[in-house]
Amino acid sequence: MQVYVNGESTELTEGLSLADLITQLDFPSQRIAVEHNRTVVRRSQWDSTVLADGDHIEIVHFVGGG
Amino acid sequence: MVTTLKLFTLLAVANPQAASEFHDNRRKVYSAFKQNEGIAMSTAISDQIANEALKIGNLSFQSRLIIGTGKYRSHDEMKRAHAASGAQMVTVAVRRVPLDRSSESFLDHLSPTLQILPNTAGCYSAEDAVRTARLAREALETDLVKLEVIGDQTTLFPDNEQTLEAAKVLCKEGFVVLPYFNDDLIMAKKLLDAGCAAIMPLAAPIGSGLGVQNPANLQIMREQLPEATIIVDAGVGTASDAAIAMELGADGVLMNTAIAESKSPEQMGRAMKLAIEAGRLAYLAGRMPRRLYASASSPLSGVIK
Repeated sequence: MQVYVNGESTELTEGLSLADLITQLDFPSQRIAVEHNRTVVRRSQWDSTVLADGDHIEIVHFVGGG
Repeated sequence: MVTTLKLFTLLAVANPQAASEFHDNRRKVYSAFKQNEGIAMSTAISDQIANEALKIGNLSFQSRLIIGTGKYRSHDEMKRAHAASGAQMVTVAVRRVPLDRSSESFLDHLSPTLQILPNTAGCYSAEDAVRTARLAREALETDLVKLEVIGDQTTLFPDNEQTLEAAKVLCKEGFVVLPYFNDDLIMAKKLLDAGCAAIMPLAAPIGSGLGVQNPANLQIMREQLPEATIIVDAGVGTASDAAIAMELGADGVLMNTAIAESKSPEQMGRAMKLAIEAGRLAYLAGRMPRRLYASASSPLSGVIK
């Protein structure tokens, strides 16, 4: 299935959860936040959020700013 | 001073040991006097500033300076500037995690004692700003947000209409909203009615360093909204700009480029700390009225003829 992660089209295996995706991307999972189809998903819900074809995922962290 | 020097010279010639003791004693007395005066002065002043802590939501800050974390030449330079400025709250931006590399957390470069204020910089619609604020809250577990909805790329002036719309949504969701907006009294009132914890009028365009462009607007805002927490955000270029904002009655100043883009951010951080304190004290002290003509400071009578 095709999922858009931070705007980039990504080919993923069916049935992958949000938690699986984060693990697969190998991010430091602390102090990041995730949106699934424009809705924030609480960290506690990452495991139970199963991705579907065409989903849009935004994963953000913090950078220097004013 | 001339007399003292003469006495010292005479003593030195007549009795070198006595001269040395005389010199030491004078130095001790002077040093003690300076120290006592210094302690008394600084205690009174710091008490005055401490009693007037900046309150935002249920947080309280001794420093009225809020600074950014962008544009520094290195993390180390930023950390030194932060420490020198005495700021207790710093802004950060929310951005997509790069997928092509494992990146360290920028937040690890900030002192853990600092309160983090996430911003919605780069958002051009209320919807995007609200989404960004929600993401920041989820990641940082803070309700604080510096709301910024930009209306134009060249000036980075805020879109007041979108800002107000986003402020209404975020306040209802329990955020502690600090909106960046044009220095307009009516807009300020609407933002406060929406429930914003503080209002942040600009001094000048973001990163311009032009200083307070419309002091009258800030003064009017202060006078008309005596209960509001007003933080001047954006446009400060150097210490005197920050002092002017505070003298006009601002409760605090938020800045980034003025410190980060200076040749020595550490020194400028310190300069800003002093300017904020000086401006605050001058505001509390109440400035003298402006006069077009001179008013003699020395008595006019008793001048020799």
